Amino acid sequence: MANNETQSILVVGGGMSGMTAAIEAAEAGYDVYIVEKNPYLGGRVAQLHHYFPKLCPPYCGLEINFRRIKNNSKIRFFTLAEVDKVSGEEGNFDVTIKLNPRFVNENCTACGKCAEATTMEIDNPFNYGMNKMKAAYLPHELAFPMRYVIDPALAKSDEARKVKEACSYDAVDLDMGVRTVDLKVGSIVWASGWKPYDANKLETYGFGVFPDVITNVMMERLASYSGPTGGAILRPSNGEAPQTVAFVQCAGSRDENHLPFCSGICCLASMKQATYVREQYPDAKIYIFFIDIRATDRLEAFYRKVKEDENIEFFKGKVAKITQNESGQGLVLRVENTATEELNEIPADLVVLATGMEPNTADAPLPIEVPYDDYGFVASQNAGPGVYAAGCSRTPISVSEAVQDGTAAALKAIQSIARR
Amino acid sequence: MENKKIGVYICTGCGIGDALDIEKLGEDGTEDRTVAVCKNHPAMCSKEGAELIKQDIESEGVNTVVVAACSPRVMYDVFDFPGCIVDRVNLREQVVWCHPPQDEDTQMMAEDYLRMSLAKVEEMDLPEAYMPDEEMYRDILVVGGGISGLTAALETAKAGYNAVLVEKEPELGGFQKKVDLIAASPYKDIKDNDLKLLIDAVNGNDKITVYTGATVEKTEGGPGVFKVTVKQNGTGKEHGIGAIVNAAGWVPYDPQKLDEKLGYGKSPNVITNMQFEENSSGGKVTRPGDGKEVKNAAFLQCAGQRDPNHLSYCSSVCCTTALKQALMIKKQDPEANVFVVYKELRTPGQAEDLYRRAQEEGITFIRCQDPEVKAEGDSVTVEAEDELLGETITLDNLDLVVLATGMVPVSSFGRDVAKEEVEESEGEELEDVPLDVIRRSNILNLTYRQGPELPALSNEFPDSHFICFPYETRRTGIYAAGCIRRPMGRGTAFEDAAGAAMKAIQSVELAHRGAAVHPRAGDMSFPEFAMQRCTQCKRCTVECPFGAINEDEKANPLPQPTRCRRCGVCMGACPERIISFKNYSVRMIGNMIKAIQVPEEDEEKPRVLVLACENDAYPALDMLGMRRINYNPWIRVIPLRCLGSMNLVWIADSLSKGIDGVLLLGCNSGDDYQCHFIKGSELSQIRLSKVSETLNRLALESERVHFDTVSIIDYKNLPEMFEKFMDTIEEVGPNPFKGW
Repeated sequence: MANNETQSILVVGGGMSGMTAAIEAAEAGYDVYIVEKNPYLGGRVAQLHHYFPKLCPPYCGLEINFRRIKNNSKIRFFTLAEVDKVSGEEGNFDVTIKLNPRFVNENCTACGKCAEATTMEIDNPFNYGMNKMKAAYLPHELAFPMRYVIDPALAKSDEARKVKEACSYDAVDLDMGVRTVDLKVGSIVWASGWKPYDANKLETYGFGVFPDVITNVMMERLASYSGPTGGAILRPSNGEAPQTVAFVQCAGSRDENHLPFCSGICCLASMKQATYVREQYPDAKIYIFFIDIRATDRLEAFYRKVKEDENIEFFKGKVAKITQNESGQGLVLRVENTATEELNEIPADLVVLATGMEPNTADAPLPIEVPYDDYGFVASQNAGPGVYAAGCSRTPISVSEAVQDGTAAALKAIQSIARR
Repeated sequence: MENKKIGVYICTGCGIGDALDIEKLGEDGTEDRTVAVCKNHPAMCSKEGAELIKQDIESEGVNTVVVAACSPRVMYDVFDFPGCIVDRVNLREQVVWCHPPQDEDTQMMAEDYLRMSLAKVEEMDLPEAYMPDEEMYRDILVVGGGISGLTAALETAKAGYNAVLVEKEPELGGFQKKVDLIAASPYKDIKDNDLKLLIDAVNGNDKITVYTGATVEKTEGGPGVFKVTVKQNGTGKEHGIGAIVNAAGWVPYDPQKLDEKLGYGKSPNVITNMQFEENSSGGKVTRPGDGKEVKNAAFLQCAGQRDPNHLSYCSSVCCTTALKQALMIKKQDPEANVFVVYKELRTPGQAEDLYRRAQEEGITFIRCQDPEVKAEGDSVTVEAEDELLGETITLDNLDLVVLATGMVPVSSFGRDVAKEEVEESEGEELEDVPLDVIRRSNILNLTYRQGPELPALSNEFPDSHFICFPYETRRTGIYAAGCIRRPMGRGTAFEDAAGAAMKAIQSVELAHRGAAVHPRAGDMSFPEFAMQRCTQCKRCTVECPFGAINEDEKANPLPQPTRCRRCGVCMGACPERIISFKNYSVRMIGNMIKAIQVPEEDEEKPRVLVLACENDAYPALDMLGMRRINYNPWIRVIPLRCLGSMNLVWIADSLSKGIDGVLLLGCNSGDDYQCHFIKGSELSQIRLSKVSETLNRLALESERVHFDTVSIIDYKNLPEMFEKFMDTIEEVGPNPFKGW
C-alpha cells in the first residue's frame, strides 16, 4: 500500500454524479475530496422542481445525500473551487485547487443579517437571472453548506463595511482573496457536468428577443416555490397566466448545426413540465412539438399517462420559426405538420425551448490530456490511467443514470488505489 | 451509559436571546431533571462556545450534552463530541425563527423542547456496533455470467476482492455469445464484439471462482455473513459470502405471444431481433427459410413492447439494435433495400450518430404505429401507414422481416409468494400489510421469511428508489445489475455492473464495521429484542420492509442485524414494545411526550403532538424557519427515523396525558412512494387505521389523530395544515384527560 496521502480520491464536480462518486467511495472507507465550482453542492439537480417520472422533489434526495456527507468525516469538500493544475500519474497525482473568495468564513450561522444590511442587488444565477437577489445571499433554501456568499461587487463596494459590521459572528472576511490548496491524490473522478445549450444560438426561435420564449431549465425555476415567481408559472412579459403553452423539443438537439446528439432527457422533462402547467391551470392548452418521443424503459409509462391528458397535444413536427403576433401580445409558432405537410401557425402565450445538455468539458477540458468525442464529452469512463469520467462529462443522462455512473466511477477510482 | 452527567448549553445567538427569556428557559426547562451544568453563550457554535462544552467534558466530566441552539441539520461538525451522548434542541429554526419573540407561547415551546430533550437523553445510550459471533466474509457472489455478471466479477476482483461467479448455462457470455457485431460508443459504425476478451479476463483472474452449469441452491445469512450453496453437477458447495450482485439477466419476450398481425410463425422469414443474432453468425445475414441472400428486409420496432397487453415498457436498446442489424445487411449488400418501420425512434445520447449513419447508408425509415405483416411461406409483405407521408406503403418481396421484441427479466418467472400465502390461508384473515411481489424464480433462493427473491416494484423489476438510489434493493447486501434491474444496452451494462460491484463492496465494508448501509449509512445502532416478552405475533417479521427478520418454527423472531436498515419499523410494529435501539426506543419517545407540559383546560392553550419524518417533514419545518414563516405555537414536534417506527402506544401516551391531538407527517406511499424505507409511511397509516379502537376505549374522537403527507418542499402548506388540524381540535373540544 502506498502512503496515506495518495490513498485519497479527488472528485471534480459536486453535482449528482460527483456527489454520488464521492459518497459511495467514502462509505466504502476511502478518503475523498470534492471540488465544486458553485458555492453549494448539488449541481443542476438543486435547481429542479420535480423529478420525472415520480414528480417528487429533488430536495428530498439531496437532503439525504447531504446527510450522508455530514455523517462521514472521510468526505471533505471545497466550494467556489476549481482544479487549476494536475500533474503526476495514477496513484500519485499532485493537484492544485483554486479557491475563489466567498468573503464569508466558517463562522457564518446563516442568520441573514448581512443580507439585511445591504441594498445592493444582483441577478440571481440560481434562477437563471429571472430575478434579482441581495448581493449577500444564501444560494438557495437547502444550500449545503448552509453558509452565505458575498458577491465580489459588494465586497468591493462602499456598503461592504456596513455588511461586515452587521455580522455578530465575525464571519464576513472582506480581505479574502483567491487562495490555492495543494492536494495529493491517488485517482481522479471528473464529473464537471453540463450546461444548457445556449438558446441565443437558435436564431429563429426568438429567445432573448421575446420574453415569453424561455428554456426548459428556466421553466423548472418558474414552477419552484423558491423560484422568481414563488412557484407560479407566469408569462415573463406581463406576469399573466398563460393559456397556451408550447414545448419545442429538440431545440438545437439532434441538429448538426447545434448539438448533433440527443440529450435523452428533454422529452421527459417537457412532459413533466406539462404536468406543472396542467396542475396550475386546469384549462390551459399544451402543445409538445417533437420528432420522436424518447421515453425509454419504465419512463414509457409516464409518456402513456401524459398522453391520456386531452389538453396536451403531441404534435409531430419541427418548429421552424417563432414570431410575435400582430398585437405583440402573443407568440406564433410556424411548424410543418409532417403528416399533412401543412404549414401550421400555432399561437402560444409561453414557449418552452427544450434545449439540450452541452458538456462543460467542451469549453473547460480537463487539465490533463484525455480523449474527447466530437461533441466535447470525455470519450470513455476510463479517461486515462487513474482518471475516470462520470455523468454528463461522458454522455447526456438523467439523474438516475448519473447515480449509476457515479457509483461505477467510484469503484474505478478505488481500483486505481487498490492497484498501488 | 451509567452515571450520565448532563450539560445543557443554550445559545443566545441568531435571535434566540432576543426572543426568549434565557434564564427562565434554563431554570424551568431543566427543573425536573438533574443537570450538572447549564450555560449560555452568545454564539455556541463559535470556537469559544464549542470550547466551553469541550472543557466541561474534560474537566467537569460532562458526558451527556444538550445543545439548545440551531437545527441539528447545521453545525453538525461543531457539536460533535465523540464518546458523549449529544442531543440538539432546535430553538432557532423551529422556535424563534417561526414564532413571535418575547411571547408566552414561544417561551413555553422552547421550555418544552428542552424538557423533551432531557427526557430523551435520559433514555439514550451510545450505540455499540453489532459484531456477529460467526466468521465474517468479504467475497462477492455474482449470479449470472452474461456481460453484467462478468463485468461485476472482474470489477470486484480489480478492487482486490474475491468473486464467486455462478452461471447456469454451460458457458459464460449470456446472450452476447450470440452476437458477432455490436453497436457501441462512439456509434459512428458497428464493430466486432469483444466479449471474448472479457470472458478470458474473468477466466484468467485468480480472484474469481467461476461456476458454469451451476445454480444458487440456497442463500442464508446477511451481509458479511452470507452462506451460499452453489450447486453444480448435482453437488453443492458452500461459500462464505459478504455481499451479492444479482445479474441473472433476461430472456427474450416469447414471440408466440405477439399479435397475429405481426406474422410471427407464418413464415420462416419472419424472425425476432434475437433470432437475427443467432442467424447471422460470423456477421453473415441470410434468408432464414432457405439461406439465400437478403435483398429486401424490413425491421418492425416495438413488437409486443410499449403495449400494456405485452411488455408495457420500452426495452431501450431495440432501436439501436435494429440500426446495427440494418447496417449489417447494407454492409453485406449496399444494393439491398432495408426498411425500419418504427413508432418512435429512440437513440438517446451519442447513439444518434448511428441513426444518422443509417440514413446516410440509404436505409429507409417509415414512421408507422400499426404495421401489418402478410406472410405465406416464403412470400412476406409488410403494409405500413406512413405517418409522415400520410399514405399506406406496401413493402413486398421481403426476404426478411425482423420483429423487435423486448427483454423480460428472469425474475418475472415462477410462482408469486404472495399468491401462495393467500391460497394457503384458505379464507383465514391475513395480515393487513400489503404483500410484496416475490416470485420463486430460482435465482438466489434466499432462506428469508418473506420470500426467496428480491421484491419487485413494477414490470417484475426489483423494487428500489429507482431515481435517487437505483441499486438499493429491498434486500440488504444484494444489488441488482444489468437487465434484471432494468432493460439496458451493453454499454450501460458495463457501468451498471461496476456500480453494483461498488455497492456490494461497500456493503461488505460497512457490515464489517458493524454499521448500517444506505439510507442510514454508518449508523451503529441496531434493534435489540427483549425476547422473554415476545408473544410471537409476527408483526415485526411481516412488516420489516427489508426482510431482515426470520422466524423460527414457533414464530419467534430471528433478527439478522446485518440485514437491518435501522428504520425502526419493527419497533413501531411491536405491540409488546420489546424492540429498542440504544439511542431510539418506544420508551424514549414516550418519555419525550410525557415531558410536554400540558396547560389546564381553562388556559385555552391546546397541545398537539407532531410526529414528523426526519428525512422530509423535519427539514421542511426548518425551511419554514429559514423563511421566518410563523405557524401555530401549540404544536410540539418529535422527529422519527421513519413514520413506520411510530408505535401506537405513543398515541395513547399523548392522549392520556391530555394532549389534544396527534398529527403524523409522513411521506408519499404507493407506486411513486417517497419513503426512504419504502413501506414505513404506508405501514404507519395502516397501523393508524386501527387506532380508533384505542380512542374508543378512552372515549375520545378519532379526529384527534390525523396523518398527512408532506414532501420536503411542501413547507409552504404546513402552517395551513396546522391551522386546519387546530380547527378540528377546536371542534371536538379539549381533551377531557387534561390534568389527570
